[in-house]
Amino acid sequence: MTDTVHSDSAPPNGALPGTGDENVTGDEKMWTARVRRAAMRTLPPDKLLPDRQPSYVASWIYVFGVLTIAALVVIIASGVVLTWKGPSWWHVSKVGLFFNSIHLWSVELFFFFMVIHLWGKFFMAAWRGRRRATWVTGVVCFVVSIGAAFTGYISQQNFDSQWIATQAKDGLNSVGIGAFFNVLNFGQMLLWHVLLLPAVVIAFVGLHILLVRRRGVVHPFPARARPARHRITGAATVPDEALPSSEIETVLHKDPEPVR
Amino acid sequence: MIDVVSASIVNLTHPGHYLHWGFIQLSLANSIVILAMLAVFVLALVLPFRSGRRSRR
Ligand code: HEM
Repeated sequence: MTDTVHSDSAPPNGALPGTGDENVTGDEKMWTARVRRAAMRTLPPDKLLPDRQPSYVASWIYVFGVLTIAALVVIIASGVVLTWKGPSWWHVSKVGLFFNSIHLWSVELFFFFMVIHLWGKFFMAAWRGRRRATWVTGVVCFVVSIGAAFTGYISQQNFDSQWIATQAKDGLNSVGIGAFFNVLNFGQMLLWHVLLLPAVVIAFVGLHILLVRRRGVVHPFPARARPARHRITGAATVPDEALPSSEIETVLHKDPEPVR
Repeated sequence: MIDVVSASIVNLTHPGHYLHWGFIQLSLANSIVILAMLAVFVLALVLPFRSGRRSRR
């Protein structure tokens, strides 16, 4: 490490290209500077938190991703309350039952919204245009959430959870994972439910959102060619390629599927 | 505990209802949720979405 303290006149190290960064002291080679530059290149602040979205995003179907996040926030908040006071409280006291119900029903809504979100993204093929990783992180969210819900049912501490665990053990043993994921081991199931699986879900939701920001919302499918008199392109009849919208141009250039 | 159970909107102190369709067996509760999801999906596509501010573009 050969870092030095710089005077005020020194150029900002690790600054973006075009800010005089190129001809400075060597700090721009440090990993901090390189990470900072890479982060700024992939997700500049106005991309990370944009003010506006393209006009085609004005549809209810685009709301289901953020509804899923809202449900997840309620799940985590109510789960923290349950963790605070434990099963002897959530099974008997009125307030405990209330928070237990909030936790359960927010999970129901979470999956409800997530599945509608998934359908929406499936039918608009939202993995187009280098958005494969967004889809895949979504799949991971879905699969891990199922595991989180499952360990939650096992962590209820009642006859229901015992029934579920004893039924599930045979299935999990038959696929060979019972040896390290033992549904009859209550301590293990509780810890997976309150720590490991939520941590994975939260991490992948974060990644999922960053990927959506990075690539921008996927463009709709190009309009199908119709008889010219039906096309609404103003006074003149123009071929699709000549449409003024730069968004549609991007679709035409990026997407592999033929336009007509 | 009993008063808590009986306080629920639906009487839960009996076995669940199931739909059978060939080899497919589905609880009534799950079927209702699936139908509700389909309904909300369709509504999300057809209902107009009013954006608060008009776009300046
Ligand atoms: C924890 C569950 C999930 C959360 C919180 C979540 C959240 C979001 C949010 C907020 C967006 C951007 C806004 C929108 O279009 O709705 C989004 C986009 C997207 N989601 Fe999810 N999602 C989840 C699960 C899934 C699943 C299960 C899939 C599919 C398997 C998926 C696929 C996608 C895709 C492909 C996009 C990008 C759409 C685009 O670029 O236009 N997500 N997600």
